[in-house]
Amino acid sequence: MSLTATDVKKIAYLARLGIAEQDIEHYAQDLSGILDLMTQMGQLDTQGVQPMSHPLDQTQRLRPDQVTETDQRGNFQLIAPQTEAGLYLVPKVIE
Amino acid sequence: MHTQWEAVIGLEIHTQLATQSKIFSGAATAYGAEPNTQACAVDLGLPGVLPVLNQEAVRMAVTFGLAIDAEIAPQSVFARKNYFYPDLPKGYQISQYELPIVGKGHLDIEVDGQSKRIGVTRAHLEEDAGKSLHEDFHGLSGIDLNRAGTPLLEIVSDPDLRSAKEAVAYMRKLHELVRYLEICDGNMQEGSFRCDANVSVRPKGQAEYGTRVEIKNINSFKFVEKAINHEIERHIDVLESGGKIVQETRLYDANKDETRSMRSKEEANDYRYFPDPDLLPVVVTEELKQQILATLPELPEAKKQRFAAQYGLDAETAATLTSSRELADYYENLVKLSGCEAKLCGNWVCGDLLGALNKAGLEISQCPVQSERLAGLLKRIADNTISGKIGKQVFDKLWNSTLSADEIIEQEGLVQITDTAAIEAIIDAIIAANPGQVEQYRAGKDKVFGFFVGQAMKQTQGKANPDEVNKILRAKLSN
Repeated sequence: MSLTATDVKKIAYLARLGIAEQDIEHYAQDLSGILDLMTQMGQLDTQGVQPMSHPLDQTQRLRPDQVTETDQRGNFQLIAPQTEAGLYLVPKVIE
Repeated sequence: MHTQWEAVIGLEIHTQLATQSKIFSGAATAYGAEPNTQACAVDLGLPGVLPVLNQEAVRMAVTFGLAIDAEIAPQSVFARKNYFYPDLPKGYQISQYELPIVGKGHLDIEVDGQSKRIGVTRAHLEEDAGKSLHEDFHGLSGIDLNRAGTPLLEIVSDPDLRSAKEAVAYMRKLHELVRYLEICDGNMQEGSFRCDANVSVRPKGQAEYGTRVEIKNINSFKFVEKAINHEIERHIDVLESGGKIVQETRLYDANKDETRSMRSKEEANDYRYFPDPDLLPVVVTEELKQQILATLPELPEAKKQRFAAQYGLDAETAATLTSSRELADYYENLVKLSGCEAKLCGNWVCGDLLGALNKAGLEISQCPVQSERLAGLLKRIADNTISGKIGKQVFDKLWNSTLSADEIIEQEGLVQITDTAAIEAIIDAIIAANPGQVEQYRAGKDKVFGFFVGQAMKQTQGKANPDEVNKILRAKLSN
């Protein structure tokens, strides 16, 4: 499978990555190579094999439902670019 | 000839699970805290943090699944749903995609006396996002991340609903159920129970679905009905004028009673889900399932049937009384404590009590008249100490004080006059004072009888036993 320049631009946009125009061809080749490897692996007979959702063969540990965190807003907001009335301020977003 | 149209509706309902702490962190979930005081490093998505799953969220999801007779996945998997929005600091929402914790189940609804089974496609666990405030912060948006990481169970219905009415019935049923199970407080103002509706329209008899539109965040039963009806109308208008429906997300504007386009779905839909490497598969053992099954409370439908059979109530009263667990408990307590006829108790709860609660905008849990105090009142009506009419006066006083019914009856001197001699004396005086009306009555004007009853009740401040008054009046007037 081979990706086009348009595919690469779309992927970059979805991930909000800025990529330089001259690198697009290179990315397209690299990513296509990865997809080719997938295609190759897809040819293996995996009938009866349970799909793996995690490389560790373990199950999720659960936590008791207890409030263990205290208010650290003051500390967290020290590294925020802009805050007001306890809120983090960001460029305006309207859907 | 007019084409017959049929609406096809599916609902996605987000219920906020009533845990103390968040789904992946130990921060509190309490509503109404100062902005960002309940948002810890995990909720903020700071580098290096890891999510740890809350066992109570798992238990609640399984509880729901068992209550709708659904398949519980022995293994379910968390996935990342990728999108960028400032109230989602990680750039992805942890949700479940291919392997949700609750699989296919069902819920029965009733519309116009007809029962209908609605399929539940799935229910999955996920985290809520924060809140964006767009009021004027010098042209910026304010972000409050207290809600980020609050556990949600998203319940997705099959496209089995055919009208706004059915959709509302399903939503109410689900609302009732999650509150019965005590997994969600159901508070719609605070956003604990939110609904998105998928609506499409097709010619009746056609097998394929029409193009569907998603209506976002309709947060009251009334708006769900209006929004869906509005959307169905819009689709039919567009289709009948030869147009095409565009697949998109629309927002319902309650002020204008219309929906408007929010964003085109194709672009926004590219969420690139993949299993979250930070979380391992969640296992629900048969043993855990059995444990949870054993703790399931009596469910609304079963309780309704039992109430009708055990207390001899009509279907409507039984349905009203079992509409919440608290109200059902109140009623059963009242029957037990008062020792009165179950029907009398039912009438008082569905009539005066619910009426007063509605008027005051209160929930049964906030009711100022506890079942003990109402039982005290009903006992006095049952043993004829007071009449039902005086009972309503006493009820008002119960509502506005902390006194018992007996104290109120005593203080206000409301004990019913059953002393025949006393009533006779009063009636004699009334007859003597109104010779004109007596003549009219004797001349066959039956209506005048009401006048005499009214006078008797007035002079006794309503305390005379009405049956006695009627009996004595009839006897004396016919002389």
